[in-house]
Amino acid sequence: MSDLTKLTLKAAVDGLKAKAFSSEEITRAFVSNIEAANPTLNAYVQVTADKAMAMAKASDARIASGNAGALEGAPLGIKDLFCTEGVQTTAGSHMLRGFVPPYESTVTANLWRDGAVMLGKLNMDEFAMGSSNETSAFGPVVNPWKSKASNADLTPGGSSGGSASAVAADLCLAATASDTGGSIRQPAAFTGTVGIKPTYGRASRFGMVAFASSLDQAGPITKTVEDAALMLRSMCSFDVKDSTSLDVSTPDWTQAAGQSVRGLRIGVPREYVVDGMPAEIQALWDQGVAWLKDAGCEIVDISLPHTKYALPTYYIVAPAEASSNLARYDGMRFGHRAGKATSLTDLYETSRAEGFGAEVKRRLVIGAYVLSAGFYDAYYVRALKVRRRIAEDFDKVWGQVDAILTPSTPSAAFAIGDKQIDPVTMYLNDVFTVTANLAGLPGISVPAGLDSNGLPLGLQVIGKALDEATVFRVGAALEQAAGGVGRADKWW
Amino acid sequence: MAIDAATVRKVAHLARIKTPDDRLEPLAGELNAIMAWIDQLNEVDVAGVEPMTSNVAQPLRLRDDVITDGARVEAVLSNAPKSADGFYVVPKVVE
Repeated sequence: MSDLTKLTLKAAVDGLKAKAFSSEEITRAFVSNIEAANPTLNAYVQVTADKAMAMAKASDARIASGNAGALEGAPLGIKDLFCTEGVQTTAGSHMLRGFVPPYESTVTANLWRDGAVMLGKLNMDEFAMGSSNETSAFGPVVNPWKSKASNADLTPGGSSGGSASAVAADLCLAATASDTGGSIRQPAAFTGTVGIKPTYGRASRFGMVAFASSLDQAGPITKTVEDAALMLRSMCSFDVKDSTSLDVSTPDWTQAAGQSVRGLRIGVPREYVVDGMPAEIQALWDQGVAWLKDAGCEIVDISLPHTKYALPTYYIVAPAEASSNLARYDGMRFGHRAGKATSLTDLYETSRAEGFGAEVKRRLVIGAYVLSAGFYDAYYVRALKVRRRIAEDFDKVWGQVDAILTPSTPSAAFAIGDKQIDPVTMYLNDVFTVTANLAGLPGISVPAGLDSNGLPLGLQVIGKALDEATVFRVGAALEQAAGGVGRADKWW
Repeated sequence: MAIDAATVRKVAHLARIKTPDDRLEPLAGELNAIMAWIDQLNEVDVAGVEPMTSNVAQPLRLRDDVITDGARVEAVLSNAPKSADGFYVVPKVVE
C-alpha cells in the first residue's frame, strides 16, 4: 500500500471498510507524520497517540464484526476549542491551560459515534480571534506552502490555522474547525484545502468554547468537496443542549457533490470588488464565472448594497458577544487564577490580565466599550440594525439566484509577522467571508488556482439557509473545473 | 469621539482586565483607529429597522425544568484552581 496519509477521507473510509488496510495502520502512519512535522509546523498543541491507537483498535474490531460507522477508523484532528472529555482543551489560551473537560462536545461526540479516531488537538488563534494564527498562546502555526519569491514562513490563516495546516500537510485525513467571521474558509483558501461553514444552527455549539454565540458555527476542513460533505454530515445534528440548534434532518450531501449544475443561477455581487483588490484575485473570480458558465450555469449580476458595512458591523457584534462569553474566565471555577491579589476585583483583573493575550484583551475592551452606558445605542444597537440590512440584502437576491460566487480572501497567504502591526489591516482578511456569518448562511471555500508565487487561492460559494446541497454542488463543479491546485512541496 | 487614556482605564476596569498605565495611551490609539473605521456605520439609514439579535428563524426553544444530570461534584470541581471538601476555595477577600 502506498502512503495511506495521502488518501482522501472518502478513499480512506472505503479502504478501511474493504479491509484493504486497518485503522491501526493508517493511524500509526499519521502519528508518525505528526511526530516528524509538528516541531516545524506547530499544527497540533497536543497529540493523543495512545488514545488514537486504542480508538483505532476498537474501530478495527467494529469493522471485523460488520458494525462500521460512516467514518469508521478514520483519523481526524480536532480544533482545540471542541471540548473533549478527559483531554485538555485550551482554545489556544493560557487562560485555559490545564482545563480538562469532564464532558464531550456534541460535534466530537457525533464523530466518535460514527467511528472516527482522534489524533489530537489542533492549534488555533486564542479564543478563535485572529486571521493568521499568530495569537495562539502556543505560538503561530506554519503554512506548509512556501512562496516561490521567498523562503519566509507563511501563516496558514486563522483562526482554524492548525486544522488547515494539518490537513494540507497530511497530518490528519480531515479536521474539525469553527468559523465566526471566516475562520474555516480563510485558512482553507490559504492552504489549498476545502472548508465549509454550514447554516447557523446545523451543528451544535454545545461544548464548543464560545467566542461570539450568534456567529460561531462548526464545520470541517478537508482535502476535497466530497470529503467535506461526508464529514459535515457526521458533525451536524439537532441538539437539545443548544437552544439555537435547528430541529431539522441532516441530508446526505455526498450525493449533491457531483450532481450537474446545469441551469443553476449564480449571482456575482458587484460590491465584492473591493478597493485595492489584487488583479490576480479578480482574474480568479472571472475564471470561476467562466467555469460555471461552461458547466451550464446562468450568471446573474446582483447587488448586495450593504456589503461594505459587514466588517465594521462584525467588529462591534463579535467583541460585544465575546465580552459577555469570556466574562466566565474570572479565575474562580476553572482556568488561570493569579497568585496574589489584594481584593476580589484585583483577583479578577489580575487573573484576566495574565490569562488573556493582547488581541483577546483588545477585543474585550472594545466589547465592553460598545456595550457601556452612553455608547450602547450608538454602536451596539446600530450594528444590530445594520446586520439586519445585510441579511435583507441576501433575502432580496434569493429570488433571482440559487447561489453566490465570490473570492474567499483578498490575497494569498502572507508571511508570519506581516500584518500584526495594524489590527484593521488584519481584520480586512475576512472581508468576503463575514457576511455569511452575519446572515447565518452556508459558505464553502474551494481551492481554485495559484497566484504568481505559486500559492493557493480559493473561491467561495454562499448559499441559502439550509441549502448546503447547492453549495456542495457548485463547490464540486468548481473543484472539478480547477482540476486541483496540487500539494505543498514537502520541506518540513 | 476620541478615546483617551482615562476612558481606556474605565473600560478596562469594566472588562475586569488590569491594564498598566503605560499601556493606556497605546491602547487608546489602537481603539481610536478601530472605532474611526467602525464610524462608517453612521452612513447607513437604519430608520425603522429592528435590531437583529439572532439569525435563527425560530423562537428560542425552552426545555422542561427538570434535572437531566446532577450529583457530579467531582466533575464540577475537577478544574477548580483550588478546592477542598466539595467546595471551591478562594482567597480571603473580606476582612
